[in-house]
Amino acid sequence: MNPLAAYLVIGLGSALGGVARYGCGVLAAALWPVAFPWMTILINILGSFVIGLFATLTGPDGRLLVGTLWRQFVMVGLCGGYTTFSAFNLESLALLRSGRPLAAGANVGLSLTLCLVAVWLGHRIARRLNQ
Amino acid sequence: MEWAWVIVGSALGGMARYGVSGSVARRIGETFPWGTLVVNVLGSLVIGLFAALVGPGGALSGERMVGAFVMTGVCGGYTTFSSFSLQTLNLARDGEWPRALANIVASTALCLLAVWAGFALGAFIPGG
Repeated sequence: MNPLAAYLVIGLGSALGGVARYGCGVLAAALWPVAFPWMTILINILGSFVIGLFATLTGPDGRLLVGTLWRQFVMVGLCGGYTTFSAFNLESLALLRSGRPLAAGANVGLSLTLCLVAVWLGHRIARRLNQ
Repeated sequence: MEWAWVIVGSALGGMARYGVSGSVARRIGETFPWGTLVVNVLGSLVIGLFAALVGPGGALSGERMVGAFVMTGVCGGYTTFSSFSLQTLNLARDGEWPRALANIVASTALCLLAVWAGFALGAFIPGG
């Protein structure tokens, strides 16, 4: 496979995912501007759910037959560009620095738990759909 | 215009993630998601550094476009939570529970440490 094509679809997917993440951030600041990064948690949950769903739907026993480039566009590009580990950690640090260790702990605990549940749920739903 | 910087930064960050995580995986092996771990630690270091630089009293204080491009764009597009989740799930599904747990603990601890170190470094650089 042409490596340039992979970079192109991943760049395009990441650009779309990244601007969607930015839009969600703007929306969050307008809707419910509280000092807790709930939107980053939601973004990471949604991205984890979609990657789990798509990976299994298009995997070896999957019902959806798509090429490698489509998998790279959705999983590496869209989901990878939409979700973020850097903002998640920066927000945990900001909570720690503002003297809110419990909120920082809640951010870490909620993000890890809910995103892992989301990716598992996506995978289970896809397995059901594959049958 | 922030969104345009976010688009360009995310595209560059996403392509860099693909290149770096792939090359790390080929070099070290694929029994553990080293590629994603390395990418997430590096991205956390850089976002911490720039958060201090564009923050109050930083060398790039108030430069919103720098924040949009580097932090929301490049670092956001470069790092990933979805691949981390999927790779942890895959380790667990393969019965590799110690590795799955190690991935969670290492990602959390090292990235938090990295964002702190980056921020501390950025706070050292004198403001303009």
